[in-house]
Amino acid sequence: MFSFIARRLLVAVPTLLILIVISAVLMHAAPGGPFNSERKLSAEVVANLQAKYGLDQPLYVQIWTYIRDLVLHFDFGPSFKYKDRTVNDIIAQGFPVTLVYGFWSFVIATILGIGAGVIAAIRQNTPTDYLVLSVAIIGAVLPGYVIAPILVLVFTLKLGWLPGGGWEDGEWRYLVLPVIALSTGYIASIARLMRSSMLETLNSNFVRTARAKGLPEWKVITRHVMKPALLPILSYLGPVFVGMITGSVVIDMYFSTGGIGKSFVDSALNRDYSVMLGVTLLVGALTIVFNLIVDVLYAFIDPKIRY
Amino acid sequence: MALLDVKNLGVTFATNDGTVTAVNGVSFSLERGETLGIVGESGSGKSQLSFAIMGLLAKNGRATGSVCFKDQEILNVAPSVINALRAVHISMVFQDPMTSLNPYMRVSDQMAEVLTHHQGMSKTDALKACVQMLDAVKIPDSKGRIRLYPHEFSGGMRQRVMIAMALLCRPDLLIADEPTTALDVTVQAQIMALLRELQAEFGMATILITHDLGVIAGFCRNVMVLYGGQVMETAPVDPLFESPSHPYTRGLINAIPRVDTQGETLVTIPGTPPNMLRAPKGCPFAPRCAYAAEDCDDHLAPLTTFAPGRLRACNRSLKDLA
Repeated sequence: MFSFIARRLLVAVPTLLILIVISAVLMHAAPGGPFNSERKLSAEVVANLQAKYGLDQPLYVQIWTYIRDLVLHFDFGPSFKYKDRTVNDIIAQGFPVTLVYGFWSFVIATILGIGAGVIAAIRQNTPTDYLVLSVAIIGAVLPGYVIAPILVLVFTLKLGWLPGGGWEDGEWRYLVLPVIALSTGYIASIARLMRSSMLETLNSNFVRTARAKGLPEWKVITRHVMKPALLPILSYLGPVFVGMITGSVVIDMYFSTGGIGKSFVDSALNRDYSVMLGVTLLVGALTIVFNLIVDVLYAFIDPKIRY
Repeated sequence: MALLDVKNLGVTFATNDGTVTAVNGVSFSLERGETLGIVGESGSGKSQLSFAIMGLLAKNGRATGSVCFKDQEILNVAPSVINALRAVHISMVFQDPMTSLNPYMRVSDQMAEVLTHHQGMSKTDALKACVQMLDAVKIPDSKGRIRLYPHEFSGGMRQRVMIAMALLCRPDLLIADEPTTALDVTVQAQIMALLRELQAEFGMATILITHDLGVIAGFCRNVMVLYGGQVMETAPVDPLFESPSHPYTRGLINAIPRVDTQGETLVTIPGTPPNMLRAPKGCPFAPRCAYAAEDCDDHLAPLTTFAPGRLRACNRSLKDLA
């Protein structure tokens, strides 16, 4: 098990390096640069700026310098757009925000999604099932940028119960609407996934064996169905968790939460190369870590998997 | 009083294409300790018949008629009633030991839950009883191997585990649904020998469902031949092989490959089983039967006794078939 984890972490190093190279090449291949703006700068100024940030060097030198600073000083470099801020600052400021609302969204989406899916599967083809399915379909097709303004309209403007934006260090009242807006779609997809996974397990031969033992249905479900039915959900939850804690541009824009989701999109629009790379690396590293965690969990749940 | 009395049992399934009739008016009874073989080809309804008795039909399945176990109606009863009978009085061994054991649970937990649930045993006592039962089905090193997961057993060993699990509460009736179909031929013989031995030792009545007449011959006292969800013929095993009274049974027996006729083509029954979406009005075997006449498509004579212990359902008389 430990050698498996060590191996996977070792493989993560070249994976991240490849991620850096591909991202850098793609970014530089996109037209424009960080110093293009509406107000045209003189060629001399641009050349000076390019020299200051090392953009006049060949791309492979830039990538090498980037990796060197990252490895030696854990330095993601300066932002090209916000002159007084480094990428480390931007991540340190934005990531805790998305981490908090993403974490709670994940907790709520997982509990409600799995619960709804289980109930729908047990009551397959009954009104309960149809209700869960309909709500899930509505939740799945409503994008965050539709849900968010509706929430603000109802709970802020009409009822005046909750603030329509801001963060205030994640005080709960500021957390509610972003969490609802972010988790709705995930609740829906987790519920549908869980329902079909449950139905498949309920039809398997070993569940028939469990019933033939004369166990009451609730015992059949808790002892024989839940665990196998949760396995496919688990591999889905790893990437979902990363997606949620790295935030959503829609949430950050509508609720002015100041999370990293917005920095990601802004940096892409601004050609702010270093911020873009920094956030990409963060998402990449988290994805690797949580996929590893999922795989380790599998080994504990599925006896056929041994590392 | 018969141990099991099945009367006019019917099983239908509601599907998107219409209602499929799997079992159509099957009646039989079984005495304590009796061994009954149910033979039929795929789709003859033999498995669904056993699921109906156990109350294990799929959700879209519907059972009609009556199944009495020790004079108690057990068809379409409340879950708590049938659950109290399952495993304790009626047990079942399934066709595919690879998928019929829970792959995520240790064999010890899967077996012990039968005893802890039904007999209120402590886990320790239950495990002791389980190990004894694994010894009875001749699993070597049962004490160590009970801790393993199903995938760590071979197919034959898994079927032994299934059998041991079914016998834990010493049921009065064991239903074995094609217990050897998924196994190698040599392992098949071992499992049948084991079942024969356990049946003699525990004395439970046994229904053996199979498409393999050879398996029936060595195990059962009586045989029921099923075709298109209906009983074609019932007889003690020896007379059935010596003088089958139904054209379908004759076809089945002729189709058994023989070692002494090497090189000849295998004998088959021409045609295919009926489509049970449109259950035939008359004899389901009529389209494939060499003796069929016009009336066979219209109706089928009811199952009638024509010799001690022998019943047949056929419009043609025995003389016609001679």
